[in-house]
Amino acid sequence: MTGSVPLIELRGITKAFGDLVANDAVDLRVDRGEVLALLGENGAGKSTLTRMIYGLSRPDSGVIKADGVAVSFSSPADAMAAGIGMVTQEFSLVGPMTVTENVMLSTCGLGPIDRAAASKKVAELASRLEMTIDPSAVVETLSVGEQQQVEILKALFNDCKLLILDEPTAVLVPQDVAGLFNTIRTLVTQGMGVIFISHKLHEVVEIADNVTVLRRGKTVATVPCEGLDPRQIAELMIGSPHAQEGQRQRDDNTNPGEPVLTMENLTVLGSGKPRLNGFTLTVYAGEIVGVAGVSGNGQTELVDVLSAARQPDTGSIVVGETDVTKLGVLARLDAGLGRLSEDRKSSIVPEMSVEMTLALEELDNYKHWGLLDKKAIRANANQMIQQFDIRARPTDAISALSGGNMQKVLLARSLQTKPTALVVAQPTRGLDVGACDYVYQQLEAVRDSDGGVLVVSEDLDELLQICDRIVVLLSGAIVGEVNAATTSPAELGLLMTGATGAALDQGSEVGV
Amino acid sequence: MSLGFWIGLIGATFAIATPLMWASLGNLLNEKSGVMNLGIEGTMYVGAFGGLAIASESGSIWLGLIGAIIFGCLAGLLVAVFTVTMGVNQHVVGIGTTLLLVSACEFVNRLRYGSGSLAKIEKFGDIIDDAGPLSQNWMTYFVFLILAPLMWWTLRSTGFGLRLTAVGEHPEAADVAGINVNRTRYVALVVGGALMALGGAYITLAELGTFTLGIISGRGWVAVALVIFGRWKVWPTVAGAVLFAATDALQLRLAITSTFGAVPNELLIALPYLVVVGALAIWGRKLRYPGAYLKPYRRA
Repeated sequence: MTGSVPLIELRGITKAFGDLVANDAVDLRVDRGEVLALLGENGAGKSTLTRMIYGLSRPDSGVIKADGVAVSFSSPADAMAAGIGMVTQEFSLVGPMTVTENVMLSTCGLGPIDRAAASKKVAELASRLEMTIDPSAVVETLSVGEQQQVEILKALFNDCKLLILDEPTAVLVPQDVAGLFNTIRTLVTQGMGVIFISHKLHEVVEIADNVTVLRRGKTVATVPCEGLDPRQIAELMIGSPHAQEGQRQRDDNTNPGEPVLTMENLTVLGSGKPRLNGFTLTVYAGEIVGVAGVSGNGQTELVDVLSAARQPDTGSIVVGETDVTKLGVLARLDAGLGRLSEDRKSSIVPEMSVEMTLALEELDNYKHWGLLDKKAIRANANQMIQQFDIRARPTDAISALSGGNMQKVLLARSLQTKPTALVVAQPTRGLDVGACDYVYQQLEAVRDSDGGVLVVSEDLDELLQICDRIVVLLSGAIVGEVNAATTSPAELGLLMTGATGAALDQGSEVGV
Repeated sequence: MSLGFWIGLIGATFAIATPLMWASLGNLLNEKSGVMNLGIEGTMYVGAFGGLAIASESGSIWLGLIGAIIFGCLAGLLVAVFTVTMGVNQHVVGIGTTLLLVSACEFVNRLRYGSGSLAKIEKFGDIIDDAGPLSQNWMTYFVFLILAPLMWWTLRSTGFGLRLTAVGEHPEAADVAGINVNRTRYVALVVGGALMALGGAYITLAELGTFTLGIISGRGWVAVALVIFGRWKVWPTVAGAVLFAATDALQLRLAITSTFGAVPNELLIALPYLVVVGALAIWGRKLRYPGAYLKPYRRA
């Protein structure tokens, strides 16, 4: 391979943002027909690096060579012209437009467009990659997995030779991951190169030919994946052996305690079919219950209903002995229902300081002659920062924190009221291994102090790792419950896609 | 009501709708790109005054029309520099632009023409004579038969339309697709400005043949409402303009009908506005604004 000209070659790429050196003399190369995994913890500089390859920012120094020619991209258009495509973590799709329109967007020019012809081309391309996707579907009605397919189609429509996939599996169920891997294999047999970014080590071993590991902005190793086991890669990533896998369930099989959170027949009507359809579940003290499911099967509605963001059309929510169905956010907190919502960024007031964010839900506790007691707020913040190991000062703007630290602040806020029932949604989305570990410990601490935890997550590994039992949500209803210690991802995946039993005719959103 | 009443009403409806059509189609173009341009009232004003002043100074109504287009482009450019390049709050920029342009026109009007009004000019005549409601001038025909269909086709069936929609809905996605977001917005604002100014110019060059202070009298704001009423689509916006114009034409006629003599005139004058407000309240509740409405685009 070394004899041929690489599709992309980076030499000594350095990029700094103020004092922070995001990339420090990084080298990387991808050949034709190669899948290169780019690995690193959050903040290791993977996104910074790929953004430069794709022309979204420019390196301070170093050389990027595409097909052996030194290039300097000032925009993604330049990168596309050089045959580089990228599927970013947050999809770049225009929701109200159709699949075809999104795919043709970058190549359509300014003049009249031929939708029918483009549509046909998209359909051909899709069938060549064994994707089942309707070119005339409006993108915002598609599932996450399908939207990802649209992103890949978009890149291929531009005749790209190198495809960058930024954490493509983070949002997928196992079956969709398998589909994606098939697509990737098809692409590389046609001579394309793929840069694959992932946190999930076993995936890297499965799909990649070589792996380049970044740590704190530096390339620490580039090694072939053949024969490498996940533990070794994890070591390369974080520099020391790390217990990534392994179950964490309660070892004892004690009887469940009192019910702490009882959801009875919860229904949320949408336009058309109900979004949540008679959801009934009880969480007992001393357990962690997971809710698995393909996104869009009622998870968002469930979390909204539990966190008082919307009223259920029928059903009741009982925390301990208190019926909180009609109560507002603060009253629910008083009743002992804590929550950590799915979207960190919408849970914060960006300009607000860390200390105020921590005090925000408990302002009554900091009243002093009707005004806020700043000293008490500061004292509380200092205590929380120490207790939850938050790497920030009380006066820092919450929006300036890294994802992991922001999540710690929000977790601290949820836990400072000592909830008996805690609802968390996607608690570790976008967090690195260390931060994930920390969040899990905190959830376990709640369980061990006889609280009940409900975890809604799309990350199956996560659910399997921390939950005692897992229920599967499909079309707004529970279609199965499994014991986390004895089930397998495959079994869960089958339940999630409605492939077993009576669930089949309920119309899953994923083709099986 | 006689047949003549209805024929007159229809004719007046098209005439009244014309400036609203030019302005709201211009505004539609702006808003599709994600920028709200509240400079519309001032842009129409400068089109009306500038167009007539140039026509009366030069003796050529066509030079006046070209002048109005240039003023409109410059007004759009001004808004673009502040909202797109500098990313200033769009409400502030828009209202500031309107105040600036209206005042500038009135200032120049007073300096140049003192207290007297501008000389009356020979305005655009109807292109068909004695044909009832069909007797309209070319600007009315043009906006209904050419501009509106052209706008519809452009937005729906050209790459430019697709790109404009992408820029207004999701500029990050447009950028990643290699579309120059800010340039697209500049084009939308400059062309939209020209269309708005032509709406103003219609009033002086085709309807009145002269200029008086306060001549736009809120038509720009109506156009802003019409685009929202029309949900950023061409034909519903056209329908809104016609609805407003029809109500306006009706109240003008009712005011001189004996049956409605007892109704306060002010109420009748308010009628078209009430209809638009009412229609917005009824149909405008679950609106889906362009995704990047009011947001300047900056690369992360």
